[in-house]
Amino acid sequence: MSDTNPVPGSLPRSTGTRSEAESPAAPPLLSIQGLVKDFGGLRAVNHCSFDVARGSITGLIGPNGAGKTTLFSLVSGFYRPDEGRVFLDGEDVTGLPSHLIFRKGLSRTFQIPREHKSMTVMENLMLVPKGQLGERFWNPVFRPGAVRAQERQLREKAREVLDFVELSHMADQPAGAMSGGQKKLLELARTLMADPKIVLLDEPGAGVNPTLMGKIREKIEQLNRERGITFLLIEHDMPLVMGLCDPVVVMNQGSKLVSGPPAVVRTDPRVLEAYLGGQYGALEG
Amino acid sequence: MTPVVLAKSVLLGVPLWLFVSSLLTFKPAWLKHLVSIAAGVAVALAMVTLIPTGILSYMTTFILMASIYGVLSLGLNVQWGYTGLFNIGIAAFFAIGAFTSALVTTVKPTGFNASFTQQAFGLGLPFWVGLLAAGLMAGVLAWLIGKPTLRLRDDYLAIATIGIAELVRLVFQNERWLANGPQPLRGIPQPASCLAGNGCSWLPGFVNDFFAPLTPRDYPFVYVAIVALVLYVVYRVLERAIRSPWGRVLRAVREEEASAAMNGKDVAAFRMQSFVVGAVIMGIGGALYAHYVVAIDYGHFDPLYGTFLIWVMLMLGGSGNNRGAILGAFVVWGIWSGTSFVVDLLRPTLAAISPDLPSRGPYIRFFLISLLMLFIVLYRPMGILREEKVVSLDRDLA
Amino acid sequence: MRLRPGERFQRVIGSPIAMYVVLGLVLVALVIAAQVKGLSGNLLFSLFVRGVLLGGTLALGAVGVTLVFAVLKMANFAHGDLMTLGAYLGLIVVALLPKGAPLAPFSFGYEFLVAFLLVVPLVGLVAFGLDRVAFRPLRARRAQPIMFAMAALGLAFGIRSLVYIFWGADFTFYYSGRARPAVELFAGVRVRPDQLFILGLAVVLIVGVYLLLERTKIGKAMRATADNPDLARVSGIDTGRVILWTWLIGGGLAAAGGMLYGLDVQLRPEMGWWLLLPLFASVILGTIGNAYGAMAGAFVIGIVWQMSSAFINPAYGHGIAFLVMVLVLLVRPEGLFGKRR
Repeated sequence: MSDTNPVPGSLPRSTGTRSEAESPAAPPLLSIQGLVKDFGGLRAVNHCSFDVARGSITGLIGPNGAGKTTLFSLVSGFYRPDEGRVFLDGEDVTGLPSHLIFRKGLSRTFQIPREHKSMTVMENLMLVPKGQLGERFWNPVFRPGAVRAQERQLREKAREVLDFVELSHMADQPAGAMSGGQKKLLELARTLMADPKIVLLDEPGAGVNPTLMGKIREKIEQLNRERGITFLLIEHDMPLVMGLCDPVVVMNQGSKLVSGPPAVVRTDPRVLEAYLGGQYGALEG
Repeated sequence: MTPVVLAKSVLLGVPLWLFVSSLLTFKPAWLKHLVSIAAGVAVALAMVTLIPTGILSYMTTFILMASIYGVLSLGLNVQWGYTGLFNIGIAAFFAIGAFTSALVTTVKPTGFNASFTQQAFGLGLPFWVGLLAAGLMAGVLAWLIGKPTLRLRDDYLAIATIGIAELVRLVFQNERWLANGPQPLRGIPQPASCLAGNGCSWLPGFVNDFFAPLTPRDYPFVYVAIVALVLYVVYRVLERAIRSPWGRVLRAVREEEASAAMNGKDVAAFRMQSFVVGAVIMGIGGALYAHYVVAIDYGHFDPLYGTFLIWVMLMLGGSGNNRGAILGAFVVWGIWSGTSFVVDLLRPTLAAISPDLPSRGPYIRFFLISLLMLFIVLYRPMGILREEKVVSLDRDLA
Repeated sequence: MRLRPGERFQRVIGSPIAMYVVLGLVLVALVIAAQVKGLSGNLLFSLFVRGVLLGGTLALGAVGVTLVFAVLKMANFAHGDLMTLGAYLGLIVVALLPKGAPLAPFSFGYEFLVAFLLVVPLVGLVAFGLDRVAFRPLRARRAQPIMFAMAALGLAFGIRSLVYIFWGADFTFYYSGRARPAVELFAGVRVRPDQLFILGLAVVLIVGVYLLLERTKIGKAMRATADNPDLARVSGIDTGRVILWTWLIGGGLAAAGGMLYGLDVQLRPEMGWWLLLPLFASVILGTIGNAYGAMAGAFVIGIVWQMSSAFINPAYGHGIAFLVMVLVLLVRPEGLFGKRR
């Protein structure tokens, strides 16, 4: 990653198993190059560049206001970047609308879950898959049989996903009636309905009790191991990040500060300085 | 039981049959329809025999007009109820549908008459071609206006639709060559009027014999059956489309646009589809209206009648619920017609207050409808029938 | 940075300069069209002047729409009908007062001025009262923006129905049957003295609004609330007072605009509804929520409206305003003074 886009003064990287995937032979799944985003004179993201290796669980940390969520929004097509490029699987996806980026295999969750409140949990999931026959107005009218058959498959798939995240009992409840933690699980479940290559998780652990947190972490690891899904996740829970993610990217004031294996990052003096006053304790913990 | 009673009952039985069958849910479908046809015709028979002729005709035209408004209200429900698109220019699609169907089905007058009625063309095609053309033109208009505005905030769409409605009305008011300008466009054919006349050549003899006792004055009985069929088809098509992934995406777009986009849905495309589908239905509603009133001019598509009344219908009946949309049309048309009686009764009192007042009766009724609108928005924003929670194709598909 | 052709096109076409160029081209097109049609430059210039006169009246309405939008974040579709209401309330006062002689060279007498002074604050209060009845409950329950628009629509049609009930559907004048001769202003441009009075009064009111927004405490509070309502609230601004003044100013200016429009043209129950399109076109052109933008937009719309009448049926006047609006929405929906998101 930094081989192609060196950041002045970045630390020498240790060569862990995952870092090997970053060798030129395996191009990064997601490459963020020099992204810039201004909001009315305030620069939220400032020439930020880093890569996410295929098959990795990459952590994105940084003090509040470092621009992490804005970066997610730029990558997922929610905002258009003012400058810079985003490559997904070698393809330039800069500034494409969200739905096209989604179709190329990138799925994103929101920090505050944005479920479709009055729709049931089941419907929230059945909504997601691409290529649904019944999304064309005339198919349900003239080919109800075919649509119904496909709906049955989708329902089956949604059941499996609900089983996986252990929300089956909520299937027919309106999504708005779920607890905060359950909504986080639904967000994860939603990404699974899409068969994504890469999932961007925005604080999957925020506001979730430790038991559920453990479960979410377990699910992420399982998906990464068994299905080869790449994860890029923002998280403030340092023990979680340090245990789950490798490498870890640290953002500060809109750009990348440091990246590397968790053990290296956590002892980097610049990282400590970035967090000083704010969340120093959190990092230590 | 005279032949004329039988003929009227069969015709009036159509809306009643369709009404009953949409209430029943059991299967198989043929049994359901058998039961509802029997029930519909029986009720119609009772009505025709028991109710005095004058009141019966009044009720028939009431069902007729309310059903036409029901079609318009269903169109708005697609746009607003299911997708949250704020169209305050229903009158535009209503008018385009009415004038298109009129131009497609009338014959351009020649000779002496041509100096009274000017129109761009007159194709003299059948009623159903007029209906389709009306839907098509309204859909094209919706696409044109949706293109620049649907991607913007809701208020922009609202003001743009007000604008298009005004523009359409201005064109039909000022362009004499197009559709007789400020003068009414007359002579719009009434479909199957031969049934209440000399018999239709395209129908088998025994059918003509059966309806032979009907006179042209009984035509509303024929048209109420046609309008009810159109309303029913529109309703069924919409129910299928809404209880499907298509409807699911529309509701997802309405509730949380960003999330729908993140789930790979082309939000702009779905908003456009919904806007166009709704407009097509409104256009068909306009055509139904034109063929009933026979002569139309721009004044029929005033924002009060052409837009506001339909909004009140949908809001009162229940946005996001197709049955609610139809119910609202009947209730509000009932209130509208009912207030007409009240104003008529109050005529002497009004005349005592000011000699001008009795002639301004319709505006008193509109004032009441405005109050009703405010009441709904403030106290009952969900309407009479709430939106149904679960939408799925598995459950309810005949 | 590399840009795809589409992106570059969007950037160029979306810049404010492009908007000025487009507006300039519209003007040039009008002049060329006049040449082709063989219209005299003189006629075109008088239409331009008339457009400026009309722009002053429109500006009064547009400022109210945009202020309400800025402070309350709602599109007030009843604003046009507040103008109608103002115009007709003025008619009552004019009719009740004993008739005086016209104040030469104008066609109106002292009654109109008295009516103006009475009606402007009155409609401001009415607007605030309607807010209490219809919009405040919606704010309290955090209703969707569309509910506000529906309530506004209900009010709009309600007001219009009342005007129909009390005055009937016909058009009328403040001074029926009084001659309103035009005088030559300069270079063959003929205007009625009334129109100069209208423009003068409109400019005075606009300057008043400017001073109020820039110099007074309530004006600053309004601007702060418009920028960031939450921040304004925590920094101790009395939101209730801001809302009161927003409606007083918005409603008052609407009444002024309605009375002046009625004096210039005629009074009709539909006048406000018809003016709604030019008003919103002005507001969108000048960036929604921007008071000075709305004024500028109003003059542009007024000029285009009047000048277009040289080429097409003047009945399409407010249709032209609508077309300008669609053009703006296509090219630069955030208006002349907006920031690109």
